[in-house]
Amino acid sequence: MASVASEGRTVRLALFLCLSLIVLAFAVAAATAIGDYNIGLGTVFLSVTNELGLTGAEIAPIEQSVVWNLRLSRALVAALAGAGLAICGAILQALLRNTLAEPFVLGVSAGASTGAVCVIVLGIGAGSLSLSLGAFAGAFAAFALVALLSNGATSGPNHTILAGVAASQLFNALTSYIVTTSGNAQQARDVMFWLLGSFGGVRWPDFQLLLVVVIVSLSVCIWMARSLDAFTFGDEDAAALGVPVARIRLVLFGVTALLTATVVSMVGAIGFVGLVVPHAARYVVGPLHLRLLPACAMVGAVFMVVADIASRVIAAQQTVPIGVVTALVGVPFFAIILYQARPQS
Amino acid sequence: MSVVAENLRWGVKRKTIVSDVSLTVAPGETLGLIGPNGSGKSSLLRLLAGLRKPLSGRVEINGRDIAQIPRKVLSRQVAFVQQSAATDTNVTVRDVVRLGRTPHRSALAGWSEPDETAVAHALDRVDMTSRRAQPWQTLSGGERQRVHIARALAQTPQVMFLDEPTNHLDIHHQIEILRMVRDLDLTSVIALHDLNLAAMFCDRILVLEAGVLRACGTPDAVLTQAILRDVFRVTAHVSGSPDAGRPHIRFSSE
Ligand SMILES: Nc1ncnc2c1ncn2[C@@H]1O[C@H](COP(=O)(O)OP(=O)(O)OP(=O)(O)O)[C@@H](O)[C@H]1O
Ligand SMILES: [Mg+2]
Repeated sequence: MASVASEGRTVRLALFLCLSLIVLAFAVAAATAIGDYNIGLGTVFLSVTNELGLTGAEIAPIEQSVVWNLRLSRALVAALAGAGLAICGAILQALLRNTLAEPFVLGVSAGASTGAVCVIVLGIGAGSLSLSLGAFAGAFAAFALVALLSNGATSGPNHTILAGVAASQLFNALTSYIVTTSGNAQQARDVMFWLLGSFGGVRWPDFQLLLVVVIVSLSVCIWMARSLDAFTFGDEDAAALGVPVARIRLVLFGVTALLTATVVSMVGAIGFVGLVVPHAARYVVGPLHLRLLPACAMVGAVFMVVADIASRVIAAQQTVPIGVVTALVGVPFFAIILYQARPQS
Repeated sequence: MSVVAENLRWGVKRKTIVSDVSLTVAPGETLGLIGPNGSGKSSLLRLLAGLRKPLSGRVEINGRDIAQIPRKVLSRQVAFVQQSAATDTNVTVRDVVRLGRTPHRSALAGWSEPDETAVAHALDRVDMTSRRAQPWQTLSGGERQRVHIARALAQTPQVMFLDEPTNHLDIHHQIEILRMVRDLDLTSVIALHDLNLAAMFCDRILVLEAGVLRACGTPDAVLTQAILRDVFRVTAHVSGSPDAGRPHIRFSSE
């Protein structure tokens, strides 16, 4: 009887994953079709199959190029970024035993923005590659500081969260200091735009790198999913269930930092996806991580692609920063979580 | 499996919390751990279960130093029920008990027949089978405690450490759980506050005071008026009971 229940859950998860895969395919297709000028879905499909060498249909080269070189890569990077941030959120919520944890609690986004600002304002290096590199270096500097402050992440969850808060404050202060003392108005605007996130500049090489990082991270996390479940009642309880607590914490903190830093360095610090999506996924597939992590990846991917479409159609002739769109959706959801998590009197 | 501890010492900063405790628990034996609040019962249990590293001394389970045994292997044989464990996660009773199978499952292994049997059996032992789908958050204090015990049972351990397992339980379940632990074919160490329950269900009793072992032996040898007065600072009348060697304690209000 009980195993029937568990089979029922597995079937539900499989159905859910299939369904979300279909939705994701449609969302990506829509994201590729919609833009400054719209391209028909048929043309989108044929352009892709042309590029893959499956068909040889006659399509205006400009349309084919827009679909393949600009929009499809952008949509797929958005999907991967959403998936990555959602996975990080789920992992950190479990490890820190905190429903409000999200990918940036370990100071990674603050560090990334400091790194990016160093490049934009101080002009250390130039070009978009060094912007990404700067952000990545900053992100890891912040994570290293957090790891140091929290004893290699071996002290308790609250200690780690506090270390993250300290690192975030420090790096945000550094960012503001650099912008106010050295930047001009245009640079300040660039920085601001970068911080709010944008899929504008991404191309296929970004997709390839992100694909590898997301697949590796997701595999490691799924490999450790059972151990994550064991953290339900705290670190000591996990240890009593045979989980090598210190090692798991360090590996998973490292993986989430790497994944977050990669995403942030490509597309900026996009908030709320990592906070909101794991909660939404938990409603559907329950709290066990072997189900939760794949579900988070799918929901995160769909959410981000849809948000990217919204960011391009909300205001005519303009792209609203993606972080603004995710927050507009995310904040009401956050309010619901807060409301439900309020102390019962 | 036997549990042997030699000269265990543990503390924080300059404070010694467990000092120089040695003990031996024979296979199948039930050892009671009693002592006032803060005497180091929980700390000693953690040392025995390998959840804390002693500053000096060692613990052997079945003749092997537990410091040398990988965590996962150890957890297949040793279960630990914490004094209190809470969560914010929205899990069901079954989810919690299934966690007990963690040390027996590899990373991606499916749910096996032995897993299912162990969980069903454990739920049954603590009377929680009919509530296995209930959210953990909605359980009463005693029910939570029973679910934690079920989870430890689902580990199918040969040694069990229980930290005040009868907390929050009604008298029926207090007796039921302790009887079950005693009758199961496993070695157990139980921290208890109820001295009469300790006398009823433990083969031997160990008295801790401020981290120091004060006495260790059969219930009638340990639960004497003198020890109750010195360690627990109560006046009590100890009488023999129909059960040979199991004293009964009546506390006096003077
Ligand atoms: N990590 C720690 N840091 C500082 N003091 C500690 C620590 N752990 C335990 N102690 C102290 O050690 C003493 C023993 O604690 P322990 O929890 O073992 O007592 P106990 O016998 O289980 O008490 P109780 O009956 O109340 O459960 C207490 O005074 C406690 O404050
Ligand atoms: Mg205690």
